[in-house]
Amino acid sequence: MRNAIRARIVVPLLAGLMLLAGVPAFAQIDFTGIYQGNTNSEDGPERAAGPSLVEFLGLPINDQARQWGLAYKSSRLSLPEHQCQVHQVSYIHRGPFGARIWEVRDPVTHQLIAIKEAINTYEQERTIWMDGRPHPSPNAPHTWMGFSTGVWEGNMLTITTTHIKQGWYRRENIPSSDEQTTIEHWVKNGNVWTHISVTDDPIFLTEPLIKSEDLNQSPNTNFNPFWNCEYIEEGERPRGEVPSYMPGENPWIAEYAAQHNLPQEVTLGGPETMYPEYRTRMKTLPVAVFKSPDEISQGAVPAPAAPAAGPRGGGAGAGAAPPAGGGARGGGARGGRGQN
Amino acid sequence: MKRSLYRSSALVVAGLLMTAGLSHVSAQQPIRTARQMPFPKNPDWSKLELDVLKVQGQVYLIAGAGGNIAAQIGDESVLLVDTGYEQMAPKVIAAVRKLSNKPLRTIVSTTLMDSHTGANGLLVKEGRQIDNTGPGLGGRPNEADLIGSARLSAIMTSVGRAKISPDRWPPSTYPGKSKDLTSNDEAVIIMRIPNAVTDGDSLVWFRKSDVVATGEIMNTANFPFIDVEHGGTINGILDGLNTVLEITVPKHNQEGGTMVIPGYGRIGDEHDVLEYRDMLTIIRDRVQNAIKKGMTLQQVKALKPSVTYEYELRYNRDPAWTAEMFVEAIYRNLSVAK
Repeated sequence: MRNAIRARIVVPLLAGLMLLAGVPAFAQIDFTGIYQGNTNSEDGPERAAGPSLVEFLGLPINDQARQWGLAYKSSRLSLPEHQCQVHQVSYIHRGPFGARIWEVRDPVTHQLIAIKEAINTYEQERTIWMDGRPHPSPNAPHTWMGFSTGVWEGNMLTITTTHIKQGWYRRENIPSSDEQTTIEHWVKNGNVWTHISVTDDPIFLTEPLIKSEDLNQSPNTNFNPFWNCEYIEEGERPRGEVPSYMPGENPWIAEYAAQHNLPQEVTLGGPETMYPEYRTRMKTLPVAVFKSPDEISQGAVPAPAAPAAGPRGGGAGAGAAPPAGGGARGGGARGGRGQN
Repeated sequence: MKRSLYRSSALVVAGLLMTAGLSHVSAQQPIRTARQMPFPKNPDWSKLELDVLKVQGQVYLIAGAGGNIAAQIGDESVLLVDTGYEQMAPKVIAAVRKLSNKPLRTIVSTTLMDSHTGANGLLVKEGRQIDNTGPGLGGRPNEADLIGSARLSAIMTSVGRAKISPDRWPPSTYPGKSKDLTSNDEAVIIMRIPNAVTDGDSLVWFRKSDVVATGEIMNTANFPFIDVEHGGTINGILDGLNTVLEITVPKHNQEGGTMVIPGYGRIGDEHDVLEYRDMLTIIRDRVQNAIKKGMTLQQVKALKPSVTYEYELRYNRDPAWTAEMFVEAIYRNLSVAK
């Protein structure tokens, strides 16, 4: 009888508390801690040395993104304003990565207001709002980390991020637009934080780009959040100059494909290149041949033209005579690019 | 009895959990970064709403009246950069009055378009130089001062009063490269950008608030309009954007710091200007390269991929100013320059 009375009190009390507290109170997992990327065992080339030029494979890009990448000249990164450019939120979790995560709670109710993530790559700090606030106006500024809101789905934290600046899906190759939306799923098993992101971009992707990374929680409490980037002038150039290749004049298109005995088409990316069935088609394609601009200038036979399009059609256009001097590669501010 | 009561309590709790959880998840689904879209054609003006956002310091953005309006709101007065379409004037006035009851003292026009200068006349009359209802200084009308470059005034005059009502013409003009003024204890620099969208364009730099209103040289929904008939050129637009890059300073790792209000579209910072400048430079260089090769305009237009190809999904959204029109304007500019 006493239990029944207690239950009569407890049920409405619990129900009332839940209604008052809302969903954030049901958080199952505490992500608080310091994490390090699993650089050596996962996606080493992308996280460490970085991709090669025209290494678009495995990305669900459209032909516009491909053309953007083929016109891209790496010396554009040597422009002062580009040197301290940050990897946007849909990219930054894959890199030499460390993060500190903590919670912001109401001091009285202890309700979860936000989850904060400090990322040491480019010294970023993002806020994942857990209090149900709406996303900002379309006219609001866009940032590298965007505007994030999160909800718990069982033990999984699901985050939606909008208002992200233009960046890239593959460093120095494939752009991301400022109209992208990224949905992240955070899962924790023991000390391993599995980070899954699904990015939708109506400008440069034909399908959502899905990526995952595992990050290890570190028992070490040392966390260096600093990433000083100071741009430097790298020689004189005409005011307003923006390095780029004219359509069809990028001399490096076949380099990566030839180095890895791959057909050219494979390296030009597109959704087809993501799926296992594509291996059958790959076997029917000729391996790319590459002659460097220096070799061509010394009389070597020019590289055969790459296919006129990637897997989805359009206009890659390669193999034309290289421009004098070839293409400058690299660029770098102090503390800036070149390491990730 | 006890068991069933506990079971019912568990069901209630589980139900609440599911309801609350599902409602949040379903509310989460439609969230997407909004597309930057051009201003609608022939809109139902009564249904259009303004979007007012604080940029930083004393400067606000009033969006939705046509072109963007930058509003400097201070202890002494209100200064507006552009006024939007005439039909939106009552809503703009109401929005300004929500921000401040101080007199609207100064209006700066950055370019020729109706979307930027359409409400000049109405808003000038709404303003006042001194805070009384009598005549203004020196017996002049007690209304807002309307400032523009001398070239803008000349262009408006040449277009004629039949097309542009004289009350939209800026009576306070500056002939040189720039005009300085202090408004609300802040240095405001109006810089002329020759041969940009027109030959009468200006940008406005709020030095203490650290905000630049670019006028139409930057438009986050479209390729920039080039009004060739009134002296507009791609190189003038690029010169203006390079000037903006020179005066903007990011706060940290190419983000924040000086904020930028484009002529139309969302608030940005140096990096947004940078990407826009890069795109326009690349397109300009491609057209220039084609001209050097002796290609005709028709041949340039027929190029596949087009010279604007990778940017078209993002910026070719205005049927009144298409990528093809943009390329044609650049071709005409650069052919003359040759």
